Amino acid sequence: MLLNFYKHDKAAAFLMVSIGFIALFVPLCNLILPAESALHFSAYSVSLIGKYLTFALLGLSLDLVWGYCGILALGHGAFFALGGYAMGMYLMRQIGNRGVYGNPLLPDFMVFLNWRELPWYWYGFDQFWFAALMVLLVPGLLAFVFGWLAFRSRVTGVYLSIITQALTYALLLAFFRNEMGFGGNNGLTDFKEILGFNIQSEAVRAYLLMASGMVLIMAFLVSRWVMDSKLGRVVTAIRDQEMRVRFLGYRVELFKLWIFVFAAMLAGIAGALYVPQVGIINPSEFSPLNSLEIVIWVAIGGRGTLYGAIVGAVLVNYAKTLLTGWAPEIWLFFLGATFILATVFLPDGLFGFWQCRLKGQKS
Amino acid sequence: MKPDFFRRCFCPIAMLILLLPSFTLGQDVLAGDVFSETLTKLNATSMQERSAAIDQLAAVKEPRAIVVLQALLDGHLLKLKDDGKLVIGIENSSGYKLSDAKTGQDLGVADHEAVQKITVNNSLRISLRKTIGHLELSANDAKVRLGAVYAIAKSIDDEGITLLRDRLAIEQDATVQDEIKLVLGLEALNSADKTARLGAIDLLKNHANQAVVNRLNALVEKDADGHYLEADADVRNQAKVALSKINSRLQWYAAVETLFFGLSLGAVLVLAAIGLAITFGVMGVINMAHGELMMLGAYTTYVMQQLMPDYLGWSLILSIPAAFVISASVGIAIERGIIRFLYGRPLETLLATFGVSLFLQQTVRSIFSPLNRSVASPEWMSGTWQINDFLSLTWNRFYILVFCVLVFALLLQILKRTRLGLEVRAVAQNRNMAKAMGIPTARVDALTFGLGSGIAGVAGVALSQITNVGPNLGQAYIVDSFMVVVFGGVGNLWGTLLAGFALGIANKLLEPVAGAVLAKILVLVFIILFIQKRPRGLFPQKGRAAEG
Repeated sequence: MLLNFYKHDKAAAFLMVSIGFIALFVPLCNLILPAESALHFSAYSVSLIGKYLTFALLGLSLDLVWGYCGILALGHGAFFALGGYAMGMYLMRQIGNRGVYGNPLLPDFMVFLNWRELPWYWYGFDQFWFAALMVLLVPGLLAFVFGWLAFRSRVTGVYLSIITQALTYALLLAFFRNEMGFGGNNGLTDFKEILGFNIQSEAVRAYLLMASGMVLIMAFLVSRWVMDSKLGRVVTAIRDQEMRVRFLGYRVELFKLWIFVFAAMLAGIAGALYVPQVGIINPSEFSPLNSLEIVIWVAIGGRGTLYGAIVGAVLVNYAKTLLTGWAPEIWLFFLGATFILATVFLPDGLFGFWQCRLKGQKS
Repeated sequence: MKPDFFRRCFCPIAMLILLLPSFTLGQDVLAGDVFSETLTKLNATSMQERSAAIDQLAAVKEPRAIVVLQALLDGHLLKLKDDGKLVIGIENSSGYKLSDAKTGQDLGVADHEAVQKITVNNSLRISLRKTIGHLELSANDAKVRLGAVYAIAKSIDDEGITLLRDRLAIEQDATVQDEIKLVLGLEALNSADKTARLGAIDLLKNHANQAVVNRLNALVEKDADGHYLEADADVRNQAKVALSKINSRLQWYAAVETLFFGLSLGAVLVLAAIGLAITFGVMGVINMAHGELMMLGAYTTYVMQQLMPDYLGWSLILSIPAAFVISASVGIAIERGIIRFLYGRPLETLLATFGVSLFLQQTVRSIFSPLNRSVASPEWMSGTWQINDFLSLTWNRFYILVFCVLVFALLLQILKRTRLGLEVRAVAQNRNMAKAMGIPTARVDALTFGLGSGIAGVAGVALSQITNVGPNLGQAYIVDSFMVVVFGGVGNLWGTLLAGFALGIANKLLEPVAGAVLAKILVLVFIILFIQKRPRGLFPQKGRAAEG
């Protein structure tokens, strides 16, 4: 059922197979092959590729909202960051008494701020299952409340974009505050272990990459299935003619809400996979610029295709790694130019452009 | 009867005024002679004679007398040993730096051996202090008198009180009068007489002054043993009443201050948002590079100041048109180069202009370095306007408030009365109809965008006066300015003005309760919720224009 799509969509099938291949091949090469081998991947590139895969998942989740439902969410990074914080809190609690201050209960930054006891919202995060639940629930709940208010009162278009941006901006300011109890400016970092394994070790990094790849494939398959179902078709119809769908008797706001919450949860999972691989989560993840970068991944790859978002995320982030390493000042020029070019010349992204060329050749 | 009354009063006064210069001139010449004569008497050997000379000096109306007496008090009045001339000498490493006691003329430097100090004893010192205070109190300049009152208040004694009382009887200047009353009132609180204390409290309750608050607070407090510092219950009650009256005045001042700072923050928001209100409201174009256009304006101010560092005020004023031109041309370039290809696709416009904003940011960063640049304020814009002990307003904020209102009025007039304004409004209402009427919509679009961008530049000039100028300047304001436009209602300039001020005041009201960051978050959350309730803002457009 989940795999029905491969018959009519060869590109997507090919992409999934390649992701599966990368997710298995890279960790194995890293773990098995000796360091001098040509095919050996360094620990650095393992976590880099793992990071790309989480970004791809994030791009995919935005594509569901923007590409399929036409909601340009400029605050999608907030859900990613919330998922990341939930995972970060679990990892913080795992440090136990190995922190700088050696407090068995309180994370270092709380000891530093002279906090006496753990805030109530940190309870339960010492259990992985609880943290994993929160990774889904917290972004999902925020998306639900926000979406419920916004869609019910029919806030659409640029207004919605701007208030989603305001949402992530408000969260950015909030998480910068030390009193919030999330480490303020520095965020959560200095993690020691995950599920009892050393988080710094190469094996754990490799498994995390593998997990990211698997989750990405799963997310893609589920999203694909949902979008090919009747529900997905209604969502797509809302994007194209919201009024008409409403007049046909569908509760437009419920469909929008559903897809928004689903995408927020996926973004939360992406954040949760991202944090252990980069080893830090701080409020800058909430910055509006981050959310806009996600939008450009999707725009570059091509909206409403799912695989376009994945390819776009990997391409743009690869370019970012290259450019920021080579000439940091070029990066913003490049990103700015990409925004302009993608919207003016590639309205349907690289895949749209490609498909257009293919069709042109056939006719 | 009235005209007659005025004529009667006026004629003598006019005559007096006409006579006054010659009269005072004559007196001055006379005083000068007496002054030099009395001055030599200071040189006398016996203390009694010196004391008499001091009294005589005080009687002469001569401004130099104060200087000489002060020098005598400080031990700076010297006698030259060879000719007995009186000089004022300030001791330094090589000897004394001399000036003529009579005229103040510079006489160069003298050796320690060449001069002899004119000595004074304690009783002379007391009478000197009194005389100086008296002289200063009767000086012609109200500022000098005020200074004298402050000086006396600092080390007040019975003599000072008598001096002040005497002066109060003849004082004409209201400020000096008030100050003397205040000092006397504070002093009267110490008196043993109950009615005097009550009278003092009655008088003091009209003064908003830190010293008064402290003293009154002291009256109603208990000491360590639980006894009131003030024994009399009536006085205590009276003090409580006075305190509550003063406190209500203080609350009023605090409210005025909050209102002012709220309005000035609102002015900044309005300035930032008003250009956006044009491009977003009138044209339906989301310009995410708006903040960067403000940044360009701020950098223009910086460059102007580098070009003419000696004329801070002028460079600031010239920056306004310069920033307008620069930002407007960049804006027109953006519109012609990018946005016109994206009309009817607002989300894409948003993304493309965001790309422009990144581009502009990095350009500025590459040219001016990523570090913040500080722009100096001209003298008339720096400092505070101290209204009283509890109320002071900063000048730069005040000017920005004025500037904001001016820019708003100007913009409103442009949209209302000029040809361009008419065309802009026509295109905003119904693009196709306007086109059919022969309005060159493409050109109007470009000019509208230029106008909005130019105003962003002008806003940047104002911002440069209150924050550091850096590449991220625009980003800090973009979310806020969108909030203002959306809150006020798109396409409505008055709504933008009102929304900006309302948000500014709300922010400043919340700040003392919740802290600056939380206040901002609360305001943001409020707007998010507000838009849910009224998606088209405070003042939504009505009629056909609303359907677009």
